[in-house]
Amino acid sequence: MSKILVIAEHDGATLNPSTAKSVACAASISGAEIDIAVFAADGSEVCAQAALLDSVSKVRQIDNAANQSALAAVIAPQVVALAGDYSHIFGASTTFGKDLMPRVAALLDVNQISDIMEVTDERTFKRPIYAGNAILTVVAPAERPVVATVRTASYQAVGEGNSAPVEIAAADADIPSHTRFIELKAGKSDRPDLQTATKVVSGGRALGSSENFDIIYALADAMGAGVGASRAAVDAGYVPNEMQVGQTGKIIAPDLYVAIGISGAIQHLTGIKDAGTIVAINKDEEAPIFEVSDIGLVGDLFKIVPELKDAVS
Amino acid sequence: MEKILVGLKRVVDYNVRVRVRSDGSGVETDGVKMSINPFDEIALEEALRIKERGDAKEVIVVSIGSSDSQQQLRTGLAMGADRAIMVETDATVDSLTSAKIFNALVEREQPGLVILGKQAIDNDNNQTGQMLAAIWGRPQATFASEVVLDGDKATVTREVDVGLETIEIDLPAVITADLRLNEPRYVKLPDIMKAKKKPLDQIPLADLGVTQSAGLTNVIFEPPEQRQKGIMVDDVAGLVAALKDKGLL
Repeated sequence: MSKILVIAEHDGATLNPSTAKSVACAASISGAEIDIAVFAADGSEVCAQAALLDSVSKVRQIDNAANQSALAAVIAPQVVALAGDYSHIFGASTTFGKDLMPRVAALLDVNQISDIMEVTDERTFKRPIYAGNAILTVVAPAERPVVATVRTASYQAVGEGNSAPVEIAAADADIPSHTRFIELKAGKSDRPDLQTATKVVSGGRALGSSENFDIIYALADAMGAGVGASRAAVDAGYVPNEMQVGQTGKIIAPDLYVAIGISGAIQHLTGIKDAGTIVAINKDEEAPIFEVSDIGLVGDLFKIVPELKDAVS
Repeated sequence: MEKILVGLKRVVDYNVRVRVRSDGSGVETDGVKMSINPFDEIALEEALRIKERGDAKEVIVVSIGSSDSQQQLRTGLAMGADRAIMVETDATVDSLTSAKIFNALVEREQPGLVILGKQAIDNDNNQTGQMLAAIWGRPQATFASEVVLDGDKATVTREVDVGLETIEIDLPAVITADLRLNEPRYVKLPDIMKAKKKPLDQIPLADLGVTQSAGLTNVIFEPPEQRQKGIMVDDVAGLVAALKDKGLL
């Protein structure tokens, strides 16, 4: 039987929604027993939230002052100390999980499986490679722990009807002091979070400037949508990095994705392929985004976007 | 510091439309343009800038794979690296083995920094830097968008999901490069000529004493499900009507 440890992601107070999606992936392995590990300075609040998640057997609370900031070098040896008889250790394919899980895998002397999008059986998984241009089926070796990250856009969060027990756990590990947290500059926004929003409006290079991007925000606000951007728009400095959608940015799966002035490079499309409906607005009728959009509109975005905003307000 | 080690992986060029072979054995690489993994180019650029500021004396580029990768190492030398190490093997090398190979080279070369790309655009693994840091027992600063060196420490700004995180690490350490760390320089023709004279060591993988662990088995490569092309509308009214039809407005 599979015994799976899911590493919780949180900011010290709130459990990140990616954790419930990692649990969903773990729960798709038949007969799995799933525990969640919360590494924090004081994990009580986060553990209470984790205990609500369906399919979870128990929540393990590992409190340590060193866990105040989620540093991979600090948390990885503690995960290894808890690894014990777990057959699988999962984290989300977020920047937190991508930073941490390979370090855990190397300490356990196993390869790591990145971005699980589908479970075939307890050792066989599908994952995207080449920016989603190919889907690879991989088998993990027997008798060794499976360390993996979960492509969260491929999974729906499990429900919150559980009341799993929370137990205090000790992770006996040498915690290094060679890596120190200085600060986190989080983008401040009252808009829905890009990774969990049901609607997302994204802008590309065609916006031309940071000021012009305001029409994207205005439309998003009128729709109650989160805001994203193409790599080109981020590279040009129109918007901050945390808004980038695509192969090397965020992989998202909103019900509605509106791509405005985005040509649709494959590296961008891989970030939105699981969106419910894709709307494309672009002045170039040959733009590749129209090959994958459900609804396309050719025209000048500076005319269309304000008009659309008025129509949905 | 004396040395910076940089990894250069030979991958299918960024602009190539990758196709899966019909027998599912892999992706088509015959006659396909190959290049340095774009993130590795950024890693090398950062190492060169550190050297040009006088904070390092030597930049060593490393590639692992068949001897074809010498082409990418020569490009790295033309960009400004001082010498190259080609770890030769015809076997497919996974991320854990790559990390062990880099660790073996770290023991030989004793660099102050290893800078790698955050991920290779072929397997999209995003693992080798973190694994090297774990095996080496040193700090990792992944997804770096700014690196500031100060003696035996570095302050690194990292691109994370919520914004920008800054950490301080003791050297030696591993840094992995994100897109906005810098813009790599173009190679000039005279530099390509000069690069031909720079040293390039070929080391058979077997000589490094790296033991491979049980790896993942690749079963089959398949093309992804394609989204179908949808409808085109003429104006905003048409768009709004289509969205209402789908219950999205």
